[in-house]
Amino acid sequence: MDTELIEQLEARAKVIRRHIIRMTGECGSGHPGGSLSAADIVTALYFHELRLDPARPDWPERDRFVLSKGHAAPVLYAALAERGFFPADELLTLRRLDSRLQGHPDMRKLPGVEMSTGSLGQGLSAANGMALAGRLDGRDYRVYVLLGDGEIQEGQVWEAAMAAAHYRLDNVTAFLDHNGYQIDGPIREVMSPEPVADKWQAFGWHVQIINGHDFKQILNAIAAARKVRGKPSMIVAETVKGKGVSFMEHQVGWHGVAPKPDEAEQALAELV
Amino acid sequence: MSKKIATREAYGEALAQLGRENPRVVVLDADLAKSTKTLVFGKQFPDRFFDMGVAEQNMLGTAAGLAAAGKIAFCSSFAVFAAGRAFDQVRNSVAYTRLNVKIGASHAGITVGEDGASHQSVEDIALMRVLPNMTVFVPADAVETAGAVRAAAELDGPVYIRLGRSGVPVLHGPDFRFVPGEAVTMREGTDAAIIATGIMTAMALEAAGRLQQEGIEVTVLNVHTIKPLDLEAVAGAAKATGAVVTAEEHSIIGGLGGAVAEILAETYPVPLKRVGLTDTFGESGPSSNLLKKYGLTPEALVSAVKGVIARKQGKVL
Repeated sequence: MDTELIEQLEARAKVIRRHIIRMTGECGSGHPGGSLSAADIVTALYFHELRLDPARPDWPERDRFVLSKGHAAPVLYAALAERGFFPADELLTLRRLDSRLQGHPDMRKLPGVEMSTGSLGQGLSAANGMALAGRLDGRDYRVYVLLGDGEIQEGQVWEAAMAAAHYRLDNVTAFLDHNGYQIDGPIREVMSPEPVADKWQAFGWHVQIINGHDFKQILNAIAAARKVRGKPSMIVAETVKGKGVSFMEHQVGWHGVAPKPDEAEQALAELV
Repeated sequence: MSKKIATREAYGEALAQLGRENPRVVVLDADLAKSTKTLVFGKQFPDRFFDMGVAEQNMLGTAAGLAAAGKIAFCSSFAVFAAGRAFDQVRNSVAYTRLNVKIGASHAGITVGEDGASHQSVEDIALMRVLPNMTVFVPADAVETAGAVRAAAELDGPVYIRLGRSGVPVLHGPDFRFVPGEAVTMREGTDAAIIATGIMTAMALEAAGRLQQEGIEVTVLNVHTIKPLDLEAVAGAAKATGAVVTAEEHSIIGGLGGAVAEILAETYPVPLKRVGLTDTFGESGPSSNLLKKYGLTPEALVSAVKGVIARKQGKVL
């Protein structure tokens, strides 16, 4: 694989992570932990994989990305801004009154947001609907969706998992951000969804397990998913909550707590 | 008024007609396609029909995704499941997003009959009415149902259509024009007004006929659109008559009666009696017996009208 591409993506992911820290730090709330764990996956999608035109957010042929774990909005906003959907300056309005950057993504407010999410467990259903529509219309766009590993405790996720396999939606690729933590603690202690890969396989999905911070693995997995016929694809991405900021990594306390100014400064110093 | 057609039957036919005219229309069901009558569409347009199995939450979410990609997505189940089981999906994936999802909810109210309270929605109008961006239609007969389906497809945004299991009289001729948000004055009188919705409109007309024989003239206002409510018509009926009865096959809390009480309290307060289910679930039984037991009859409306007229005349009951 192209090492130059990997290096570019790594550099871009660092910029995305810096945005996440600055945005959540500036507004004093938000979810940095699960945004940082998903940063490399989202970067790979927006800066390599997705067929998009920021000038035409409604372009019918575009690929779709649904952030089912809507609380990771900062990573989505950072990617959209960096990709040119809106000015990066606007990122610092996160969660402010009158901002287009709502606490959880609002498709009616911000260009590039494909689905309003936030109430967990609903994104895969919407992604399936987009995929069915694409098939009906004879369009070859693909639909990507990012799920949290705590989120898959929601029953609707499994209704949608069943439906995607039943309707053979091979134009759907889902990522599971398997960082191992939810608000109340480690997922295995709160309500274990394990073994996750076996479950998706049993539901009729093509499943790959990768290191969600290794761009080579992420890109290879996406490419492999594209080749699968007759089945939706799940990429179980082993990730680290808070990835990239030493004092946030593996710390459940950073799920929904923003860094204070000195913490943000320290985090930014690490992300260079 | 001899011919009876269930609104769900009219819904199935209207969907199929819509399917012939508009290729953007898709239909989803949750394993009740024979009962909700979406199968009429499904048989004619198998490519645009999706049975989602017994999974209403996913059905609503999938419909949202289809709508986000340009489809007009009708989805159906019984009202208890479409509005109740999948409430959060309706709220977050459909209403908040203002997507083109149309919920055709059948088997509403107690006329579901023998299946009993678990399947009899007495709260769905309240649940749907409270959601921002949601339009709520409760057609009174087959003609209004056809109009509601067409109007729903034309409206940009989410719509809830409440449908019934049992046959109801056809009240309108073929020339009737269904205008969203416009209540229909079925007859006029100055002594009192019955503001009715759904299957209760036919009963209101029957009650009005009986009252006329006693020399009492009532207006019957048929509210097929609960939201947006026709404020002018509701307040107008109150002003013209000074006494109002609401009639619905739904809890008197939060439904048509609730909406009318809210509006009249703020605009033109008059003696008001809400006829409907009085904060109770239904039960099993033949639908006609249930209607009698729970006080949803022309007789009950006659007595409610006399009650509000007495209050209007200063007689405290």
